[in-house]
Amino acid sequence: MGFFERIGNLDRRWIFLLMGLAVAIPIIIIDVTGFIPPELPMPKAKSTFQTLDDLPAGSKVLLSWDFDPATEGELGPMANTFIRQCAQKGHKMYFMALVPVGAQMIRSTTSDVIGTYYPDLVYGEDWVDLGYKAGNEAVVKTLVTDFNQMFPSDARGEPLSTIPMMSGIKDLTAFDAIVSVTAGYPGCKEWVLFASTPLKIPTVVGCTGVIAPQMYPYYPQQIQGLLQAIKGAAEYELLVNDWVRRDQFRNTLLAMGVEVSGEDSMGDLPSTSEELDAWAGDHVGKGLTEAQATEVRGFASEKKAELVAPVDAPEPGLFLEAQKRMGPQLSAHILMLVLIVLGNLTYFVTRRRGGGR
Amino acid sequence: MSRQAIGVTVVLSILAALIVARSLIGDGSGRVYTRTVTTEMVEVRLPASDPAAVDEEQARQGQVVTEEAWVPVDSEEAKKYASEGAATISWTSRKNVPYSQVRASPDDEGISFSWSQTLGIWLAALLTLAIFSFLYKDNPIYKTAESLVVGVSAAYWMVVGFWDIIIPNLIGRLAPAFVEANFTPGLTDLEPQWRYLIPAIFGVLLLMRLAPKGQWLSLWTLAFIVGTTAALRMVAYIEGDFITQINATIEPLYQVVRNADGTTDGYATLWASIRQLILVVGVLSCLTYFFFSLEHKGAVGKVARVGIWFLMITFGAAFGMTVMGRITLLAARFEFLFDDWLWIIDPNKQREVASVISMITG
Repeated sequence: MGFFERIGNLDRRWIFLLMGLAVAIPIIIIDVTGFIPPELPMPKAKSTFQTLDDLPAGSKVLLSWDFDPATEGELGPMANTFIRQCAQKGHKMYFMALVPVGAQMIRSTTSDVIGTYYPDLVYGEDWVDLGYKAGNEAVVKTLVTDFNQMFPSDARGEPLSTIPMMSGIKDLTAFDAIVSVTAGYPGCKEWVLFASTPLKIPTVVGCTGVIAPQMYPYYPQQIQGLLQAIKGAAEYELLVNDWVRRDQFRNTLLAMGVEVSGEDSMGDLPSTSEELDAWAGDHVGKGLTEAQATEVRGFASEKKAELVAPVDAPEPGLFLEAQKRMGPQLSAHILMLVLIVLGNLTYFVTRRRGGGR
Repeated sequence: MSRQAIGVTVVLSILAALIVARSLIGDGSGRVYTRTVTTEMVEVRLPASDPAAVDEEQARQGQVVTEEAWVPVDSEEAKKYASEGAATISWTSRKNVPYSQVRASPDDEGISFSWSQTLGIWLAALLTLAIFSFLYKDNPIYKTAESLVVGVSAAYWMVVGFWDIIIPNLIGRLAPAFVEANFTPGLTDLEPQWRYLIPAIFGVLLLMRLAPKGQWLSLWTLAFIVGTTAALRMVAYIEGDFITQINATIEPLYQVVRNADGTTDGYATLWASIRQLILVVGVLSCLTYFFFSLEHKGAVGKVARVGIWFLMITFGAAFGMTVMGRITLLAARFEFLFDDWLWIIDPNKQREVASVISMITG
């Protein structure tokens, strides 16, 4: 039996095994080497980031976690990153879920991100967990007119009237943006149809690859940002990680009495004291005055070390999950392309030899 | 024994040997440790943060207005404001501890091995492998795991349905005082709302499907559900999926994109115009394909053919996205097996000292 005949009669379980190895091996290699596959943020991920970034600090953001553990691998990383951007920006976060297990996803993601990296945020003042509410689109429809009817209390049983950040929330128009992370029905489509379209509330959506094509038509008129599957999550993660690093650098400078003015992106951040001196010189007139630059250059060495230390600090693993998962994607897709080419070659060769079906 | 059976036996034996070996190498794997944390709170009367909201009269007179609050017993507020014999409450909770911390402080009595969570990880890992076994062929182990998923899901839905729907939305409206006293402390509106008897009756009618006689009564509820859902969706779909989508499609073919300084961005304008042209051609040709009142011959047939191409590309993109999603889910399961169970990798740097890779690479 020739090569192509063997390929044509290959047991599909060998393909399963190859696919398993194509996914498993990169996971181990990435963990050992620390290599992160390069990503280039696309317009949809950029507009997702920009929509939340354009809101002033303290804006009210409703985050609906409409997914469950079955899709956590795909949607968990983007949910974590949404929380990170909102927490770093200083937005008020209102979590809710349209699917029952979404309530557990809220507890898990808030515990991982807020509990570990933003412990200073106060429950009830900076974020609140409203939990799961049954009723699918009827929930969204009711929230449009009366928030308290749907949520008399939060997920912990605390009446909303006693939660400070709930004061003034009468209906969905009180929110400055909606974030929906969705695995299926009910989810982003219901938010688009029943809330963001009629109320014109800025809405960003993160969804599984399966339903992403259904959401394309809504972008950019009805939804302002769209993260499609793990690829969108990886792009968004990259944008937020980079911005957080810059924001932390800016905040540390501010704590040291130097305020960088304007929307300067701060260029390449310095990672050594020497680079800091050069950075201060380069930014005169671009966010820093001459006096501020001189002040930065005159910092004591300990102060300079404190300022540049976070720039090269390793990113927490929690905020690299999506980018790391693009490694297995790459190898699995290469394998698929090879198999597709091989399958087609086999088909044409065997047909030419008279064995085609 | 056939060649295939021998191959499978060898693969399974190697896997089992690797798992046993992994359990014996270094610090083993798949264990969870927790720290017991005791929290003690005391009830105090603190100066009100918003005195007028608590007692407007006292606030206006300039008196100190206080309000009840629970604070940690070792806090400054407790030392300052707690009175003799004030009510206290305490509870214990368990927090997971990274293995590197366990190894660094082996004599810490606050840290203990968590049997329940360890069992959970091993169960999840073995069930994951049981589900994977379907890739070889249908087998009793896979069937058991599948039945477990279905059973647990059904049970979970029933419990959630009872506590998150029946209790707050029905019993809580009909007998709020009872619910407040037994299930949900803190309910403020304790007046029964008798109009909720109507959904209760509809609910009972739906259950008539299970009765030996009178099953037709459930049709009333089903009719209500279908009718209201259709009406609710129709309005939203007409606005969100129909009118707004038509509005988004009927745009000039020449799309001008301007820079921040008001000048035209030629490159972006070109691509935006091409995108709009493709959109319009795609919409018209796909609509032609689904227009069956004319035979698909001649010009109509050619346009319909273009529509088929657009549909095929759309389906291809959707399938590609689905494949990407499935690979991600597979990667997430492997990460669980390698990280939480086998301690081969350590993406969150929780147990570098115990991961196999660290031991190999030093």
